[in-house]
Amino acid sequence: MSEADLIWLTIFVLSVFVGIEVISKVSSTLHTPLMSGANAIHGIILLGAVIVTGLAESTGALVVGLIAVVFATVNMVGGFVVTDRMLQMFSGRKKEPRA
Amino acid sequence: MSETTAQLLYLVAAVCFILALRGLSSPKTARNGNLIGAAGAGLATVTVFLYGDLDHELLILGAIAVGTVVGVVAAQRVQMTQMPQLVALFNGVGGAAAALVALLELDGIVDVDLAAVPTFTLVATAFTVVIGAVSFSGSMVTFAKLQGLITSRPVLFPGLPVLFGGALIGVVALSVVLVVEPRMWLGVILALVGLTVGVLLVLPVGGADVPIVISLLNAFTGLSVAAGGYILGNTLLLIGGTLVGAAGTLLTKLMANAMGRSLFNILFGALKGGSTLGGGEASDRPVRSASPQDVAILLAYASRVIVVPGYGLAVAQAQHTLRELVDVLGEKGIEVDYAIHPVAGRMPGHMNVLLAEAQVPYEQLKEMSDINGEFKQTDVVLVVGANDVVNPAAKTTPGAPIYGMPILAADEAKQVVFMKRSMRPGFAGIENELLFDPKTTLLFGDAKDMMGKLLSAVKSL
Repeated sequence: MSEADLIWLTIFVLSVFVGIEVISKVSSTLHTPLMSGANAIHGIILLGAVIVTGLAESTGALVVGLIAVVFATVNMVGGFVVTDRMLQMFSGRKKEPRA
Repeated sequence: MSETTAQLLYLVAAVCFILALRGLSSPKTARNGNLIGAAGAGLATVTVFLYGDLDHELLILGAIAVGTVVGVVAAQRVQMTQMPQLVALFNGVGGAAAALVALLELDGIVDVDLAAVPTFTLVATAFTVVIGAVSFSGSMVTFAKLQGLITSRPVLFPGLPVLFGGALIGVVALSVVLVVEPRMWLGVILALVGLTVGVLLVLPVGGADVPIVISLLNAFTGLSVAAGGYILGNTLLLIGGTLVGAAGTLLTKLMANAMGRSLFNILFGALKGGSTLGGGEASDRPVRSASPQDVAILLAYASRVIVVPGYGLAVAQAQHTLRELVDVLGEKGIEVDYAIHPVAGRMPGHMNVLLAEAQVPYEQLKEMSDINGEFKQTDVVLVVGANDVVNPAAKTTPGAPIYGMPILAADEAKQVVFMKRSMRPGFAGIENELLFDPKTTLLFGDAKDMMGKLLSAVKSL
């Protein structure tokens, strides 16, 4: 294992703990928006899609890359927008006077 | 832009993702959390354009524009009732993107001197291709089940376990070969076998459990994105993907706990032949049905009422009328609450979203653990468009698909009123004994129509 790999492994392990820790207290009320929001975050694969497409040397690779870019963007943008739509309704009802 | 600047901006984006997940865990901060996550993703996307020395920039921007339009339109148009399907779709295309990225990297790898390619990069490539493909095809099957394109009941056929096992062995074997002898065509076959695994994994899962599978596949996509980050040497993909992978796994576990099921049982329970109960057909046993006027009197002279809303309520778009009814009952001095089962709707937490849309005050929504002790002192339970979440079979019938799932104790109340379209069983496809209980009254009809009649009957009392 190279020195660089050790750093990667460190980042990976720490991220696992952070990922578990930050959502450990979520109430079941928010399961749906949380799932949807987390779903949007893995749309960050868009970066990977952009990089491989930008380096594409054949037409075939370019086409596949562009498809990946479209897919990743749908995942990321759609995910954030739909999560916001759900949460908008949650914050709306907080304005209601407390019974 | 220098590499240092780019890496620092990626770090900022990674912190945004962590804050986003933390924000999403609490109702007060959820919306801001999501916006912070979106800002981080936007920042990272701009950074990759400024830093990377890329060709085809216009084409890529065009593809991003197309994806943005599709994503925004789908997100704006979707009915809140169809939210689980949309999350499944978004998750699926994300997984597909990860698999395609890994295949393109493999295409680049096989052109260079193979001795220079670290073994672990090839392992990560195989992993990303397989998990991305599983997530894509699994999500599509999930989508089809939720959308009603295929049956929501477990799909089983003879030889399925053998086929599934064979596909799994195939995935491992092909991955090993790919690492030893990287070839593009091997990668493509690996992706195809991965797609098969995804389909076979989700087909035997019953309707009520499908939402948990979405969450699991969400975690899968996260992990494949993380592995993709390793292949490309991009820290942000590694961190973002791992965060989702870890958080998604925990969320899956929390949801499974809420249903009182183990993940293994959800995925493979049907394979063991455990869920053969229930023909999914309407029963012709006698039940007691009543008119809206009868039920109005029942409600108006109660002192404690609990409403159990289900997916059928939202499908009929009756949640606004229901809220009006609850308001009117409240004015009469009757104590009314909503009992929300963790998996009411089609996805954990779904019912909260649907009722929030109808502007039901937050305080009236009671979680199952908080309200279950109160059913004994309740005069009338009004079950609207729900079935499985009050089905006593979960407690009494080992072998039922929902056995072991904690249910709302509606059967302990003095009177139960079901508002139902028909005698057809719920999403889990099994009969509900509570419907035939002597203390149960049924109100047949479209929930919106019936709720309107019930509302005017209560008002006129």
